[in-house]
Amino acid sequence: MNYNGTSNRHTITALVEDKPGVLNRVTSMFRRRGFNIASLAVGHSEIPNLSRMTFVVEGDDRVVDQVTKHLHKLIDVIKVSDISGDNAVTRELALIRVKANVQSRSEIMQIVDLFRANIIDVSPETLIVEVVGDEDKIDALQNLLKSFGIQEVMRTGSVAMSRGMDSAFDTNGSRNAKAVKPVIMETGSV
Amino acid sequence: MKMNGGQMVCASLIREGVDVIFGLPGGAILPLYQALPEFPELKHILVRHEQGAAHAADGYARVKGRPGVAWATSGPGATNLVTGIATAHMDSVPIVVITGQVGRAAIGTDAFQECDITGITLPITKHNYLVMTAEEIPRVIKEAFHIASTGRPGPVLVDIPKDVFTEVGEFVYPEEIDLPGYKPNLDPHMGQVKRAAQLISEAERPVILAGHGIILSKAYDELLELAEKAQIPVVTTLLGVSGFPTSHVLYSGWPGMHGMAYASLTIEESDLIIALGMRFDDRITGNTATFATGSKKIHVDVDPSEIGKNVQVDVPIVGDVKRVLTALNKQVKPATHVDWVNHVHQLRRDHPLMGSDNGKMEMRYIINEIAEATNGDAIIVTGVGQHQMWAAQYYPFNQPCSLISSCGSGAMGYEVPGAMGAQVAAPDRVVWSIAGDGGFQMTMVELATLVENNIPVKFAIMNNNCLGMVRQWQDFFYEKSHVATVYSGNPDFVKLADAYGILGIRVTDKNDVRAAVDKAMEHDGPVIIDFVVEQDDNVYPMIPAGMAVDHLIEEPRPARQEVRG
Repeated sequence: MNYNGTSNRHTITALVEDKPGVLNRVTSMFRRRGFNIASLAVGHSEIPNLSRMTFVVEGDDRVVDQVTKHLHKLIDVIKVSDISGDNAVTRELALIRVKANVQSRSEIMQIVDLFRANIIDVSPETLIVEVVGDEDKIDALQNLLKSFGIQEVMRTGSVAMSRGMDSAFDTNGSRNAKAVKPVIMETGSV
Repeated sequence: MKMNGGQMVCASLIREGVDVIFGLPGGAILPLYQALPEFPELKHILVRHEQGAAHAADGYARVKGRPGVAWATSGPGATNLVTGIATAHMDSVPIVVITGQVGRAAIGTDAFQECDITGITLPITKHNYLVMTAEEIPRVIKEAFHIASTGRPGPVLVDIPKDVFTEVGEFVYPEEIDLPGYKPNLDPHMGQVKRAAQLISEAERPVILAGHGIILSKAYDELLELAEKAQIPVVTTLLGVSGFPTSHVLYSGWPGMHGMAYASLTIEESDLIIALGMRFDDRITGNTATFATGSKKIHVDVDPSEIGKNVQVDVPIVGDVKRVLTALNKQVKPATHVDWVNHVHQLRRDHPLMGSDNGKMEMRYIINEIAEATNGDAIIVTGVGQHQMWAAQYYPFNQPCSLISSCGSGAMGYEVPGAMGAQVAAPDRVVWSIAGDGGFQMTMVELATLVENNIPVKFAIMNNNCLGMVRQWQDFFYEKSHVATVYSGNPDFVKLADAYGILGIRVTDKNDVRAAVDKAMEHDGPVIIDFVVEQDDNVYPMIPAGMAVDHLIEEPRPARQEVRG
């Protein structure tokens, strides 16, 4: 990792214990150290009692280096990976409630089709559009729908996964402490 | 074996080798107290305020080299511990803190004496637990001691609801620890060690900057070996003082805001800083942008998040400093840096600490007298402020791990309970508490605890009737506007000592200092000496906050003598 000081977005995933208060420990650390979270998504992982968190973090390489190290320092955090770059897929889901009357409805449906999005609720005055994609795609759709009048937007925050096989755990889901590689702890890469 | 939760706590503490607990009871923790008489191996020291319990556990841990234990009840008992927990956290001191909590059914209802102590202490503990069943207690206590004492040490808090103390379960003490998210990297990366050795061999003006890590991992011999083998001058951080023999020809003091000028200059003029178990605190670096820009940096720390946090380094090595030094010493080639070492000695001659021969009662004179009377072998516990800086500057610290002080947190009031814990950990050592009149009054309630337990701490109150360091900052940076720093109603500390049944001595004349110190040393039991000292004395040198070493302010030299060359 270099310290070129460029500011950008990094996607970091963390495998964490699924215990009460873990989310609080993580967000408390971000708040205390003054790190900036652009988005945060949490859900169960493939392993019982472990969850996965995906963070989108803003900052230069030095900040992201500190974020990963401080995440790893938390006892309940088992593995931290910076999966920014081309070698990962990133997806976010958004629900957008947009104003739609008889005149505008078909035009909105065309746009929705273009984005391979879905309409999941129709009422006389509004539609709810469901869209999945990376952040840019959702931003673009949101922009296009703005002119019709957006009433409400609900976004999940990004989830991400590196391409190919890279799991800290056996595929049968058993916890294998030896397989846990604290990738950022490697001294040479600091 | 069936036990209730309270018995499990006690039995687990015994398994962890605990012999002393500092605590104060209350409703939520009462069931634990009722189990205590069944475990005579555990000595309980009843403090007068929970802050004292936490600081005492901290002082105990620093001297003993293993976790200290404090406990308190829920709500205010728990919040009173917070200053002590934060102090231990900032200085990487292993303590295990147990708090009572309201019953499980009452959690979250704002019950009487309820507070969310795990939430409150989240950012000031290495880890904390809320235990919801009795059978978890052995595992949690074992993990708590493991986490507190390994890797970078720190405080761990265990919060236990009242009805968990009374719940009966099977006591099974685990053999193994299963913490997949906690695997401290202790052994260094050999490639990095070789790179470090290479930098050391290329350096012409290397300096070792040794921190608390040397003391925490007891790497005294390894540090000495590195310094002597490659003839590298050694500067320590304030917490690292007494990690290297102060009488050694390669020792060059401690740097920073009130450190020796020659130490700061040694760092500034070096071409390689070998930072060992330290964290480039702002009191050392000042402005990080201008800190030692001419030197390359090797940074050894067991905590990876310290690498690159404050200062960018050339060769980071994550690992336990003792193991890193053991590996590094095999790689480093013998060297001499005759010109550089001579230059460092010259810096010391050019920028000495000044003595006082003006006939006035100055704190450093008193510290020199205590140093002579104790042969430099005492454990020195301090509060925070001017007296702390002078104690660290002037006391010789002939024994390793003999300066016990709240450095990172800067908690005034540490001097009373901290000294109590230090003395309990080392009953055969002489413990002097160099106290400020401000800090002493924050925690002097523990005098009763000292008397009850016959803990013979010798207190030297540096009584300048003011908050000296704050007053000094007002002098330097706020046009001598002494707002809220000068006391007008300090108690009579000799009468106070008398009220507690402690020997109290007042000294107002320089010529009486030594006799008072000797009398205190001869007295069996705690002693308070009220040294009435100059109010307007200032600590030098001084580098104002956020500045670089070129803004160093040295002491004016009107007819003063050097006391240490």
